[in-house]
Amino acid sequence: MAGWVEACGVDDVEEEDVIRFDHGGRTFAIYRSPDDEYFATDGYCTHEKAHLADGLVMDDIIECPKHNGRFNYKTGVAKGAPVCVNLATYPVKVEAGKVMIQIG
Amino acid sequence: MEKKRDYSLVGESTRIAIETGLASAEWYHTDVARKAMKELMQRSDGPAIRDTIIWIVAILGSAAGIIWFWGTWWVVPFLLVYGVLYGSSSDSRWHECGHGTAFRTRRMNDVVYQIASFMLMRNPVTWRWSHARHHTDTIIVGRDAEIAVMRPPDLLRAALAFTGVLDFRYSLPTLVRNAFGKISPDEKSFIPEMELRKVVTAARWHVAIYVAAIVLALYLWSFLPLVLIGLPRLYGSWHMVLTGLLQHIGLADNVTDHRLNTRTVYMNPISRFIYWNMNYHVEHHMFPMVPYHALPRLHELIKHDLPEPNPSMWHAYREVWPVLIKQLRYEDYFLKRELPPTARPYRDEFHALTVPAAAE
Repeated sequence: MAGWVEACGVDDVEEEDVIRFDHGGRTFAIYRSPDDEYFATDGYCTHEKAHLADGLVMDDIIECPKHNGRFNYKTGVAKGAPVCVNLATYPVKVEAGKVMIQIG
Repeated sequence: MEKKRDYSLVGESTRIAIETGLASAEWYHTDVARKAMKELMQRSDGPAIRDTIIWIVAILGSAAGIIWFWGTWWVVPFLLVYGVLYGSSSDSRWHECGHGTAFRTRRMNDVVYQIASFMLMRNPVTWRWSHARHHTDTIIVGRDAEIAVMRPPDLLRAALAFTGVLDFRYSLPTLVRNAFGKISPDEKSFIPEMELRKVVTAARWHVAIYVAAIVLALYLWSFLPLVLIGLPRLYGSWHMVLTGLLQHIGLADNVTDHRLNTRTVYMNPISRFIYWNMNYHVEHHMFPMVPYHALPRLHELIKHDLPEPNPSMWHAYREVWPVLIKQLRYEDYFLKRELPPTARPYRDEFHALTVPAAAE
């Protein structure tokens, strides 16, 4: 099983926000929810190649900056047109002030 | 004259756009700090609820006036108001709610989107996807399904658009065709297969309501039901065309910088209410996540990097008219609007094919 990768510090992401994390030629999005939990998904929208980290986090939703497609970033579920394909999510843990994600 | 541009979405220009990387390309964006952009993107139900209450009250009030004064000349001002609210302001409501930015609550966006789509005779499913394509490939020939004035420009067609006749003649048969389960190759090029069934269902609902209005008109032996449902798409769409044509007309095509192919125009407050601030159109295309009520603030933040806005619709039309005339003979000609000294320059290396033909 692939190991855990340090994505960022806990304070690098504001509450109810998202940042981009690049690793191994791939792009991920790291979220901090309004209730101070961390989540990770693929960094690109499944509709077209747009960085979700430029989008808007509202509660448990990430909205893509290009066509306003919405996903639940906790589950990856696409919430309707123009996004139809779910987003891949990744396990996250916080250790010693660092946000770690498990990349499969 | 041989036509250089093939506006079909499955033709030669489509192939070239995909091969050259113009399709689904990365576009220029003015730098805006994440903190500022996050504030601008914030959603709120308040402004859109206020505006929608005003909108609905004005629609119902003017409809009541039409019914009350039907058969007298006093009906005319009510027709003017109702027509513009029904046939023009529905476009901006359709647009903003389609983006999901008008209200914070998704369901509110969806309800207004469905109502406005009906008023416009637009299939709500088809047009959601066509507009997504318009934002991916803005004025990319062969890719963008929403290019209002093609090159060389058909000026008669553009003039007729103000009457709503052309749109009506296209929209109603399209709805009927979709209701019978027929989807065109162009439509299939931007609507995912899993959504095609929804296209047919939505069209059937729309057609059913129009059939009901026709039956009611026959039953009452009066045009009144059709004047209230359907025909405003003819007599009230002039304001939508007046404002909407200016979005891209006469500017560059096949470029990846909205400053080159999109126009911001200062407008009076009434037009801005009808148009829901879409006069800030460069700003909207660059940052479609920003709600209509925040566009003036976005404009203030990034105007140093954009061409000077046209100070009025009149100014914009006067500026573009000679360009359209010239395009009749040289279809590659376009208006290249000058950037202020504070702006990052256009990246000419990406627009080498079109820039030499530009007027500054």
